[in-house]
Amino acid sequence: MDELVIDAAGMHYTPLNKQIRAAVAAGVKRIRLDNVLGQRFIANGVRGDVAIEIHGVPGGDLGMFMSGPRLEVYGNAEHAPGNTMDEGEIVVHGSAGDAVGHSMRGGRIFVQGPIGYRGGIHMKQYEEKRPVLVIGEYARAFLGEYMAGGTVLVLALHGGPAIAERGLGSGIHGGEIVLRGGIDPQYLGVGAKEIPLSDDDWARVLSLIREFARHFGIDPAPLEKREEYTRIVPASARPFANKYAWE
Amino acid sequence: MSPSIGSLPPKYRVTVDRDQCMLCGRCVENCAYGAFRIDGDRIRTNSRVCTACHRCVAYCPRDAIDVSERPLDYRSHPVWTRGVREAIYNQARTGKIVLSGMGNALDYPMIFDRLVLDACQVTNPSIDPLREPMELRTHLGKKPQRLDLRKKDDGEVELLTELSPNLSLETPIMIGHMSYGAISLNAQLAMAKAVSAAGTFMGTGEGGLPEPLRPYQGHMIVQVASGRFGVDIDYLERGAAIEIKIGQGAKPGIGGHLPGEKVNAAISKTRMIPEGSDAISPAPHHDIYSIEDLAQLVRSLKEATEWKKPVFVKIAAVHNVAAIAAGIARSSADAVVIDGFRGGTGAAPRVFRDHVGIPVEAAVAAVDAKLRNQGIRNEVSIIASGGIRESTDVVKIIALGADAVYIGTAALVALGCRVCGNCYRGLCPWGIATQRQDLVDRLDPEAGGVQVANLIHGWTLELMDLMGAAGINSIESLRGNRDRLRSYMIDQALMDVLDVKSVGA
Repeated sequence: MDELVIDAAGMHYTPLNKQIRAAVAAGVKRIRLDNVLGQRFIANGVRGDVAIEIHGVPGGDLGMFMSGPRLEVYGNAEHAPGNTMDEGEIVVHGSAGDAVGHSMRGGRIFVQGPIGYRGGIHMKQYEEKRPVLVIGEYARAFLGEYMAGGTVLVLALHGGPAIAERGLGSGIHGGEIVLRGGIDPQYLGVGAKEIPLSDDDWARVLSLIREFARHFGIDPAPLEKREEYTRIVPASARPFANKYAWE
Repeated sequence: MSPSIGSLPPKYRVTVDRDQCMLCGRCVENCAYGAFRIDGDRIRTNSRVCTACHRCVAYCPRDAIDVSERPLDYRSHPVWTRGVREAIYNQARTGKIVLSGMGNALDYPMIFDRLVLDACQVTNPSIDPLREPMELRTHLGKKPQRLDLRKKDDGEVELLTELSPNLSLETPIMIGHMSYGAISLNAQLAMAKAVSAAGTFMGTGEGGLPEPLRPYQGHMIVQVASGRFGVDIDYLERGAAIEIKIGQGAKPGIGGHLPGEKVNAAISKTRMIPEGSDAISPAPHHDIYSIEDLAQLVRSLKEATEWKKPVFVKIAAVHNVAAIAAGIARSSADAVVIDGFRGGTGAAPRVFRDHVGIPVEAAVAAVDAKLRNQGIRNEVSIIASGGIRESTDVVKIIALGADAVYIGTAALVALGCRVCGNCYRGLCPWGIATQRQDLVDRLDPEAGGVQVANLIHGWTLELMDLMGAAGINSIESLRGNRDRLRSYMIDQALMDVLDVKSVGA
């Protein structure tokens, strides 16, 4: 079968996911979901090599625990797409809600528009797994809190600041947050510090910018000015080391 | 600047009886803290480093070692106790939060010990479990409100109601979540062998599922906590059930923190974090800020595992535990774990360990009553944990409304733990709370497994005898059966919460 098309209108998420799983098990490589409207948990825990096009607005926890598939959403995403994701890709042609990429260990998320609060919170990395979250416009407060690994990149395509709220990277102890257009230092969280990008950092960021531009069909050239970017990293790998004493 | 506090009196004094000692050196080998050394023809001791773990006492072939507590105490005072004074000295020196090991160390009255059990006399005969069947099998998970049946043409009856997956336990005693990292692989292996042999279950904690435990995965409950360490779809599918940890009785309201120096190669692998990196579990789950969000995580876990596994939610016993549990019962969760304020831990801030939360006895009674009043007791099972010390505690907490219990410290004691409370040091001479290979090797998982299985078996036999004496032949008839309890010297307000009458009444 070339492409499986499922009309999700009025369908509960469990039968929808059952159909997706059955198709993946049968070797289907491309699935298109039409008329998606708030169904949560789409592709939760699904493994393997499959591309799923989602037309409409999927509900919360899109692709949670997912390990491998590629999801492309033509619409906005809700709460926590890519939650605790292991591997795969989520591309959102729109905005996304709170806790995008919460605790994700691997894979990539590209959101064309803005995201809500707590984006990239507690992202981590392990061996070859380095999760990536790229946000086209801006993020709300508490971006990258408790981050333990991976890269968050905010491109500020809307023309305003990438983030202008508190708690940026509080408790960050691994990974990096890269912002286009700098950051007002008052918004830096406890344990986060701002440093310039090295050549290696820039090479990594540049490839993410180009990948983002490719996904959304935009010209990357205006975004390729290194001096516009700043990098937020942990001030220490042990944010709580000075808080406790043993009895 | 010279500090004005000076050194504090040692907590213990270790002495070696020279007449008994034969200089075999076992004490020197066994003490991980360095309290002993051989000096010519005698053993010299350094009492200051002693933790009273008794490893030396247990392995001295001549009973030559004596460990005494508080050899030089402070002037006694009921208000300014040793603990209070030493916390002040510590904080005056460091300016930090004081961390401590094991569970609640304050002398609160023990409700369990103020409840007495019933036995049959004359008017109804007691039951002898040797000659009559005694049903202890316990099913954890949702029970249907009603059953829809259909009689088929051939006369057979067909069940139309779709049943939720349940865990089936041969005895209502499980082992709670202690992670790989907090305890050693051999300690986990011993307990995994024990629960497999006893037909019950244990929790993985938030440390992932190490490969050597996979043969026992059918008896493992995998935990999903706020750090999501070691959590992937493979891990979720391996567990017999999944448990979301919201809170812990030893430290309600705060997260956890495994320091980077404890994250060695093996622990890095199961937690799926880089070696040497801190493993920080935030205080809340940052994808759960409401009861609706909790329902979403419960359903997300079920959806990811195709609704084949029960999902438990563990909370610390706190003031409004009954209302919280009622919310959890409506979240699609299959069981709620109530962890009382006596629950153990490797490390917790002293103020949390000793002052935050409520006893499991009151919490379970309140949760059971609330769920029954709302007509949703069948929606969730209740698992009680935190301070279950012996089989009578199991009987009493089931009579107060629990379905099953988790034990923690008791299982470690069965492995040799002496409750010295230095788990956080990583030097456990019993091979339990350590990752140092030479210490871990001291704990034989085979022998340890037999010991823990023996404990569960012994308690199970006592459970049957206690039930039989009370004229009960099925655990179902004990559950919530408060008439089998009487309170002894408990105030009226607490009696009302427990819904238990006074002795004599």
